[in-house]
Amino acid sequence: MASTEEDGSVEEKENNNKKRTKSAIAVAWLTFYNIAMTAGWLVLAMAMMRFYIQKGTHKGLYKSIARTLKFFQTIALVEVVHCAIGIVRTSVIVTGVQVCSRIFMVWFITNSIKQIQNEESVILFLAVWTFTEITRYSFYTFNLLNHLPYFIKWARYNMFIIMYPLGVAGELLTIYTALPYVRKTGMLSMRLPNKYNVSFDYYYFLVIVMLSYIPLFPQLYFHMLRQRRKVLLGEIIVEKDE
Amino acid sequence: MDTVVLEGATHKKAGPGSVPGVPAPPVKRPKAKKAKKAVVFFEVEILDAKTKDKLCFLDKVEPNATIGEIKSMFHKSHPQWYAARQSIRLDPKGKSLKDEDVLQHLPVGTTATFYFRDLGAQISWVTVFLTEYGGPLLLYLMFYFRVPFIYAPKYDFTTSKHWVVHLACMCHSFHYLKRLLETLFVHRFSHGTMPLRNIFKNCTYYWGFAAWMAYYINHPLYTPPTIYGEQQVRIALIIFLFCQVGNFSIHIALRNLRPPGSKTRKIPYPTKNPFTWIFLLVSCPNYTYELGSWFGFTLMTQCLPVAFFTAVGFIQMTVWAKGKHRSYLKEFRDYPPLRSPILPFVL
Repeated sequence: MASTEEDGSVEEKENNNKKRTKSAIAVAWLTFYNIAMTAGWLVLAMAMMRFYIQKGTHKGLYKSIARTLKFFQTIALVEVVHCAIGIVRTSVIVTGVQVCSRIFMVWFITNSIKQIQNEESVILFLAVWTFTEITRYSFYTFNLLNHLPYFIKWARYNMFIIMYPLGVAGELLTIYTALPYVRKTGMLSMRLPNKYNVSFDYYYFLVIVMLSYIPLFPQLYFHMLRQRRKVLLGEIIVEKDE
Repeated sequence: MDTVVLEGATHKKAGPGSVPGVPAPPVKRPKAKKAKKAVVFFEVEILDAKTKDKLCFLDKVEPNATIGEIKSMFHKSHPQWYAARQSIRLDPKGKSLKDEDVLQHLPVGTTATFYFRDLGAQISWVTVFLTEYGGPLLLYLMFYFRVPFIYAPKYDFTTSKHWVVHLACMCHSFHYLKRLLETLFVHRFSHGTMPLRNIFKNCTYYWGFAAWMAYYINHPLYTPPTIYGEQQVRIALIIFLFCQVGNFSIHIALRNLRPPGSKTRKIPYPTKNPFTWIFLLVSCPNYTYELGSWFGFTLMTQCLPVAFFTAVGFIQMTVWAKGKHRSYLKEFRDYPPLRSPILPFVL
């Protein structure tokens, strides 16, 4: 690539100063947002538990919470904007990938392929997501209020160790179960000949998505492990030079 | 090049007995007999930028030695770090010094401390360009001739019945052939090398997109442009050829800005060639013309993957053009204010 090797160390310092003086509006908005999201996912968790206790089965559970789930998961797109305008100090791309993968699961798998909505794997990843999001949003909320209970910090940086793999398992199993139905209906696919001279096979696309978990999941997992060592154990991690 | 630098930087007169008009030998001249000026040798120590370990100590370094020469000396003591992968800087987090920088003109004492950073394995720009452009040329032709295992066996080695498919093949092949020839004969590169991992990234991009486009254009079920048919293809061809000539003209103009073997940078201006008059409005018209060429190709083939390729290329070239435009503005006080980076008045 035709880019020069500039370190921009002066710019780094300026950015740090900018972040320390985060505007009051930004803090207020983020606090409100994180409280709202915590509440939303709590509502989801309680609805799921109530359904299971009352009906004794998970069949029909997805349908009962589908609207709430779609609402709160889709709103999360605004977090990408937070990163882009700089009020949250995370990479736009990392947040973008995470939110997009969630949106994809909700809208393009579970919502569109009705036959798999009663699968156990769906309940699995829904339970994982609910737990993870409640922990995450309450962590952000308490952080913004400068009053972080240790057990929330502990939960955020430890529960992922089992939650991540469980969530991935739920998602992959769901996509795998959906494959035959995708093939049969030919949904979201386009074949030749057509005037745009392009084709798209949703079935093979899903296969590629499943395969992409192999390189992507370890990277996210080890990133979280490194964050855990830094935050909980106070280790100073020297970033590997490329 | 070393000869040029030594001659240029030195302000010592030729020693007694040397013949005027005969170029001085590239070997360092003996200093001991100079009466005019006592020469102060420099000492150079090179530290690792991260660990601050002392990697190398050079004594008796000429004051007019260049960073390039220091890199060669460093390479001798550390053979695994050839000059192209060395980044020498005054400050561990600072910018790399240029090969042409002269030791005594740098803000260092007579014992100069430099910091070294390994840039990683390097590969020459020429190699990268030849590989990344050769791929699309060959791949497209494989799809065009319908080599086996791409399409259904009954289509092996058949040819398309649509004349626009033949035209598209000629245009695509011409474009990449032009790029290869320009790499070999026209372009003058500022840097000799780039990091090795770039070749994998770049080749994936070029080869991947070329295969994706070629698959559809040469497909037995390809649909030629339907919106305006033949007229669309003709206009598209004119746009494509116009922009190819334009792009080539700009490359020649940029080449002529820079004498052979040098790395000078000057503001490009319009020349007698009308295709270069766009310099009045745009800093990087080579990218403008490139965008135009691919736009023409998209129109010609009416193929969505081609549109994608054009769009992605446009985004990347805009990023590059903006960077180049910014460097021009920083480097030249009198840079023409009317110019935009890539699209006149717009971008």
